[in-house]
Formats: sequence, C-alpha cells, structure tokens
Amino acid sequence: MNQPAIKRVLAEILRHLDGMLLALLIAMLAVSVAVVFSASGESGMRLVGHLANIAVAMIVLVAVANVPPHILSKLGPPLYALALMLLLAVALFGEIRNGSRRWLSFGILSIQPSELMKIALPLMLAWYFQQHEAALRLRHYAVAALLIALPFLFILRQPDLGTSLLIAASGFYVLFFAGLSWKIIAGLAAATSLFLPIAWNLLHDYQRQRVMTLFDPMSDPLGAGYHIIQSTIAIGSGGAFGKGWLSGTQNQLDFVPERTTDFIFAVFSEEFGLLGVTLLLLLYLAIVARGLKIAEQAPTMFARLMAATISLNFFTYIFINMGMVSGILPVVGVPLPLMSYGGTALLTLMIGFGMLMSMATHRKLLKS
Amino acid sequence: MQSAVIKNLQLELASYHSRLKIGVGFVLVLALVLMVRMVYLQVARHEHYQNLAESNRITLVPAVPNRGLIYDRNGKILADNFSGYTLEITVGKAGNLDALLQQLSSLIEITPKHLRQFKRLREESHEFETVPLKSKLTDEEVAILAANQYRLPGVEVKARLFRNYPAGEGLSHVIGYIGRINDRDLDNLRESGKINNYKGGTHIGKVGLEQYYEDMLHGKTGFEQMETDSAGRAVRVLSRTPPLAGHDLILNLDMELQRVAEYVFGDYRGGLVAIDPNNGGVLAMVSKPGFDPNLFVDGIDPATWKELNESIDTPMVNRPLRGIYPPGSTIKPLLALGALELGLRKASDAIHDPGYYSLPGSSHRYRDWKKEGHGIVDLHDSIVHSCDTYYYRLAVDMGVERMHDFLARFGFGSRTGVDIRNESTGLLPSKEWKQKRFKQPWQLGETVIAGIGQGYHLATPMQLAAATATLANGGTYYRPRLVKAVRDSETREVRPVPPEIAWKNSFDPEHLARVRAAMVDVLKPGGTAAHAGADAPYDIAGKTGTAQVVGIRQGEKYDEKRLAERHRDHALFIAFAPADAPRIALAVVVENGGSGSGTAAPMARAVLDYYLLGKKPRGVPVLEEYESAGD
Repeated sequence: MNQPAIKRVLAEILRHLDGMLLALLIAMLAVSVAVVFSASGESGMRLVGHLANIAVAMIVLVAVANVPPHILSKLGPPLYALALMLLLAVALFGEIRNGSRRWLSFGILSIQPSELMKIALPLMLAWYFQQHEAALRLRHYAVAALLIALPFLFILRQPDLGTSLLIAASGFYVLFFAGLSWKIIAGLAAATSLFLPIAWNLLHDYQRQRVMTLFDPMSDPLGAGYHIIQSTIAIGSGGAFGKGWLSGTQNQLDFVPERTTDFIFAVFSEEFGLLGVTLLLLLYLAIVARGLKIAEQAPTMFARLMAATISLNFFTYIFINMGMVSGILPVVGVPLPLMSYGGTALLTLMIGFGMLMSMATHRKLLKS
Repeated sequence: MQSAVIKNLQLELASYHSRLKIGVGFVLVLALVLMVRMVYLQVARHEHYQNLAESNRITLVPAVPNRGLIYDRNGKILADNFSGYTLEITVGKAGNLDALLQQLSSLIEITPKHLRQFKRLREESHEFETVPLKSKLTDEEVAILAANQYRLPGVEVKARLFRNYPAGEGLSHVIGYIGRINDRDLDNLRESGKINNYKGGTHIGKVGLEQYYEDMLHGKTGFEQMETDSAGRAVRVLSRTPPLAGHDLILNLDMELQRVAEYVFGDYRGGLVAIDPNNGGVLAMVSKPGFDPNLFVDGIDPATWKELNESIDTPMVNRPLRGIYPPGSTIKPLLALGALELGLRKASDAIHDPGYYSLPGSSHRYRDWKKEGHGIVDLHDSIVHSCDTYYYRLAVDMGVERMHDFLARFGFGSRTGVDIRNESTGLLPSKEWKQKRFKQPWQLGETVIAGIGQGYHLATPMQLAAATATLANGGTYYRPRLVKAVRDSETREVRPVPPEIAWKNSFDPEHLARVRAAMVDVLKPGGTAAHAGADAPYDIAGKTGTAQVVGIRQGEKYDEKRLAERHRDHALFIAFAPADAPRIALAVVVENGGSGSGTAAPMARAVLDYYLLGKKPRGVPVLEEYESAGD
C-alpha cells in the first residue's frame, strides 16, 4: 500500500470517531493516569499496566466505532447467548474468590462473564425492540423482562448483588426508553417495595452486614465499617482544595483500602478537594450529556435505546461508586468508570463508547 | 395500516424524547445528591475529618528521660544510673506461661527468687504490660535470648537504665529508692495531672529523697511524633521533642561524715542527725539498721520483703524521722534557758537536792538519778550534773503550759519540715492535748516528770537535732534540708537551695551564754560526759540524756543487767561545736544503749572530731574504746 492509501484508510477509520466524546474521554483518562499513579504509591508498574489497559481499550474503542450499528444490533442475540452460557458455566465450574463464584478460568486468562453481560443484555434488548418497532405490545415487555431476569438471577446467585442490580438496571433503562408504560413502572416499584423484606431474608449475611454497616459504620470499625470510615475520612480531610497530588495522607499511608480500584474516588477527593470533585463531576456530566445528545439524534430505535442506555448506565456506575465511597450507599464493589485501575471494566466501557461513536457517525451514512 | 405504523413510530419517538428528558433530570438529581454529600464531608465536616486523618497517621512515641543523679556535698555519687538489659515478658502474648518459664530456665539461669519476684510484679501489672523476669543480663545471656527469640513468644530483651545506690544500706532512709509504678502511683499521677510525663516510664521515687524530689529527678519525657501507616509501621519522624534529663541533687550530707557516724554506731539501733546550725543543712543522718535499697528497684522478692518487714530490728523504720523517743535530760538546757527567759530563775538561784523531789503535801518521791542527791545546785550545776530534782521543781514552777509553749519554740511537737516525707510530729504534751486525747485532766505529777523529758513528751532525732541547732545559733529555727543545691540538667548551672528559716526566737544573749557555758562544762572534767569530751582541742557544748523504756517502780533498785537487752534505757546525746561559733549540731539516740554519757556521747565526739578536725577513727572500734571508759 502506498502512502496516500494508508492515509485514506486512516481517515476513513478516524471519520467514525466522535471528536468531542473522544476529547472528553482522553481528558478523563489523563486524570485517571495521574490518580492511579498517586494511589498506587507512585508505582511505575501500575502506571505501565494502566497505560497498557488504556491503549488496548482505545484500540477497541476505535474498532467498535467502525462497526456499523446494524451489524452491532445483530451481535445482540449471539453475545447474549454466549454470556448466558458463560454464566451457567460459572455457576457450575466457576472459581471461588473471596467467597463468591464469579470467575471463569482459562489457564492464565480469567474472565468475569458478568462483565460481558453488561453489554450483551442492553444489546439483546435493543435488538429485540428494534424487531418490534412500532408494534410494541405488553408481551414484548414481558419477554424483555424474562431476558433481564435470567442473567439477574444467575449473577445474584454468585452471589454478586451489586452487579446483578446494575445489570437489571441497564435492562430496565432499555425498557424505559422503549416506552414501558408508567403504570407498569409504578406496579414494579410497588412490587419491589413489597419484595424488599423478602429479599432481605434471602440476602447472605455479609450482604446484610454491608447494608447494616452503611447505616452505622462505627458498629464494625475494624471490619466492614473500616472501608467506609477510612474513605470518608479521606474525602472529608481533603477539604475544599485538597491536600495536593501525591500528598493525601490517608492515601499515601495506606489507610484507604482498595485505593487504586473501587475506592480511588477517596484518593481523588482527598488530594484534589471539593474543587477537584466538582470539576470531575462536570467532566462526567459532559460525557453523559454528549452520550444523550447522540441518543437524541440517533436514527434507529436500536441506536436510540442503546445510546440512551449506555449513557445512563455510565452515570449509574459513577453514582453508585461515588455514593458508596462517600458513605451514602452500601459497599457493592463497583469501580469508578474511567478512573479505577482495571482492564476489564475499562474495556467494557470503551466498547460502550465505541458503540456510541458508531451510532453518531454512521447516522449520516444511513440517511444518505 | 401504513399510517398506523407511522403514527406509532411518531408516538414512540415523542415518548422517547420525553423519557430522555426524564433521564437528564434523573442524572442531574443524582449528581446534586452527590454534590450535597461532598459539600457536607469536605466543607461542613472538614475539620472533624481533618482531625481524624491526623490522628490516623500520627503516633506519639514517648522518650523516657534519664533520671537525675544524687551527689553528696563533695561530689560523691549516691544514686546513679547504669544501662543494662532486662528480660521482660508480656504475659498476654506468652501463651502457656509455665511452659515458657520452663523453656527460659533451660536457656539461662532463672532462680526461684526471680520467679517469686516475677509472680509478685505480675499480680500488680496488666496483661499487656511487660513484666521483668530478670534484670542485669550478661552479654552471653542477651545473645542466647536473641538467638532463641523466635520460639519465645512474648519475651523481650530490653535495654533499660537501672538505678544504683552505691552507699547501699547506709543511706537507705535518706535516698530512699525508686520502684516500679503501681496502680496507686498511677492514680496519684492522674490526679495531679502528671500522668503524661510518665508515658513510657516504668519507675518512680517511692520513699526518701527519691520520692520527695521526684519531680526534679524524673525530668521531662520527650516525644517523637511518628507518621505511621495503616499497619502501624513507622514511616518517618515528623518531629522530635527530646527528653529532658532530670536535675541532679547535691546534698548537704557529707558521705565521709556519714560513714564515720555509721561506723561508730556499730551494731546499735537508733538514729543520728547532724545539722549545720547556720543554715539547717543536714550533714549526716544515720538510721540503724538499714536495708539495701537496691533490692527495691526491680521489685523485691516477697521472702526478702517479709524478712525486712517482720524483723524485730525494724530496719524499714526511718528512725531519725519516724522513731519517737522521750528526750530525757536533753531538754534540760532548753528548760534552763526557759527559766531565765521567763524570769522564773536567776542563774545564781540554788536549791538543795536531797536526792528526790516531793510535791507539797505529798510523800511521793520523784527520785533523782543520783540517789544521794547533788547537794547545793544552781542553774550551771543542774546542767553539768544533770540534776533531776532541780528540774522537777522548775517544771512545777513553770507549769505544763509555759513549758509546752517554750519547747514549741524549738520545734517540738511539730514536723521539722525536712525534705523527706512522712516525718512524725512527735508529741509535746499540754493540758489541752491530754483532755482531748484521754478525756482526763492533767495531773501535777505529769508536770514533774515532764521536767526531765519523761512522760508523754516524745521527739524524733531530727527534732532533737533541729532544736539543738536552734540553741546553737541563738534562736533561729531552720528547716532541716538534705538538699543543698540542684544542678540543672540543661544549663549545668548549680542552683543553691536557699536555707529556710521557719521562725526566729530572740533570746537574751546573756541567758544563752550561761546555758552554753554549762553545756560546755558537761564535757569537761566533772561533767556527765567528761569522758567523751576528754582532750578535745575545741569546746563542745553537749547534754546527755537517758530515756526509760519501762518505768522503774518505786524503791526498786535499777539493775541494768537484769533487764532484757530490749528493756534497757535509750541513750541520748545532743551537742554542738565549736561552742563559741557552732558549725555542727547533732543529736544521737541509741536504742537500749544504756546511758547517754556512756554510749551516745562518744559517738557524737567521733563525729565532731571528723567534721571539725578531719580525724577519722582508724580501724579501732571506736565505740568500744569509749565504752570501756564508762560513766
């Protein structure tokens, strides 16, 4: 291939990237590199690992952005089936880590099928509703509810309450944007509130403990409450302007647990203060806004549902994580999107953003 | 149909857009919730969390100060520190304690005494305190323990400063000792707000100077502010406040003089106090028998403790301060001065002493020590020969109240205020006191015997010495002081402790001169302590005294030999010298010593000779030499 040819191919590839979203994501990831570096105790290894994860995720982002939406939608059923099978495999042969069965081990590679389901379920549902566009009946919602319930129950049984609820939420978002009637939503809400006491009894002890500790962290200051106490101390001691990058004592002296992953927000808040938190939240909101804008302008039902769900899902993760780290939600083990160290979660997110970009850039092509 | 589909599409799209708006609202509400929470944590509660973060990371590690040293007036060391290793056990971490002790005994020598001492200390300590098992480990023992540390849970070898009292038994009641801080000490420290200064410390002054000057000797505990991580590991030192060593004490006490006094005291029990009459400085303070204070520093083993406590010789009693004895004839010079001062007698007034005194209208005879009597006796003779009859009569003329008030001017009946705690007040009787104590009126006969320092009157050797010093200097009552100066640990500046005058009596110099002259003649040929004063190149003013331990019944011949040794009289002697310009005043009480002239006075002479002439009794048992001279 000659040079102009390469240039042409590159231009064709880059044409499918949403400039604004890309800029926001890069800004976000830059912040994340700085924070992970600080949270890891200035570890070079962690930094390299994180940069490698980002590089892989960016490549995947570009690749997914170049896949046209109608092809993406066709991936729904097979991906969903695969994810469901893997969840079944986990239930049967999964590896137990920290008391729950979440991982499938293939030699050196271990995967968490619930991560795959985070994309597969919305994709499946969006594909399903696309099939029945303009002719939606109650039974379609019922089928959708079943599609949600299957992975929800599998993951709940692992047990991983947080992830199962998040996956159910992503499924619910699709239904919501597909026009699920308010009456049913109200009914669901009522049913849920009735179901809560029953659910409480079904919870594992450690899950109950987590909820209990949420309301009174000091009841178990060295056990379950330790995470919340130390992270709120980190956040609160950060104050308005923070202690400065690499200078958070809670962080540097190892008082914040899981500080490069689930609790990285405590590190960020301690070192950058309320000012940093405000800017961070604005950055996140900008990404959500861009996603919703893409959703608004999306030409097909599949694209509309996918784009809106991806955006709202993204924010849900942010809210759950920040809420848990700052002590208003139970500790459920959810990383902070685009910030926490960890390849799988980042990959899942970038696949989502890749889809958003695909839907944003293939729109004109479709219309023309 | 086609239009229905389009209509449906349009409816769905409209519903979609309205739900997007709801989604936006949902996001904004949740974002607001987060912001409220963050403002609460980072602004409203910032200070609270800031403090928590600080206390999370900062640990204070106390640095124990070196205890101040104690020197005698010539710089001889009386209490010092040396560093050494102790084997300590944290019982709470040890697991099976018996097995551990077994194991330790197979490694190094652990004696039953160590085990008893350990057991006692354990009872006083908390489970997670370290309790010493054996101190002053040899280098070899340290090496053995270090090599086996891994299989000895809860066992630590710690470098510590030990207190050492080179003078041993001799100064046990002066220096006292330090001991491990117990619960009562902790309560006291908490109450007085000093507890923080004892963080990390293990010992505290228990008695004697070590107790009285605890605040000065202890020093100021330093602190290292360590930054620690979540596992409690020290990351770095943030700030260091070095400990401030305790101040050194320099005593008025002269160790050589003390040694001489101890030596001449021999195996007798009793006390000797020598004071500089010009400032109240205590030059020597003997309490016999004593004990080895070094035994107490690391906790005494119960068997030895029992032995000391139950000994018939009561070595734990601080005799100069807690031993109370009838002053006997030693108060005669004071009463003579009182008679002159109160105008009850003129120096020339004389009485005839038939060998006894009877109250008007009574046949009861108060016997003089000299059966046949002293004949014609004036004030001078009454002191030189220690005539009892003279003082029986004088006492009746003076009356108990005036006697009480006059003797109180020499400090009897109240604490001398010496710088050691728990001093006894002794007892200076009065009508009021008797009424209160016994609910009975005072009897005239009690006044009679009070005239020769018998009956209710009780004094400590320290009180006697202070009274003698007051007489020697013409009336100034100095508080006796063991400590002469304090050397500041930081500046090395020596700050003298100023003498403390409790009160000043003004006596007629002529009266004083008469009493002094008589006291000088006590040690001259013909005086009751003539032997003790023989060939002295300086004038000694003194007075002998003999205090009855048991009453001798009327008409019964006093037979010293018949009485068990413990029932023999206490021998007393007070003196100051040189008589015209006194530099030293002293009081000696020898329990069951027989007579003041025979036992106590020679001791005083040896002490004076050393202090004034530098003459040391060499090798020869001085006490016996004088004793052979007899009364």
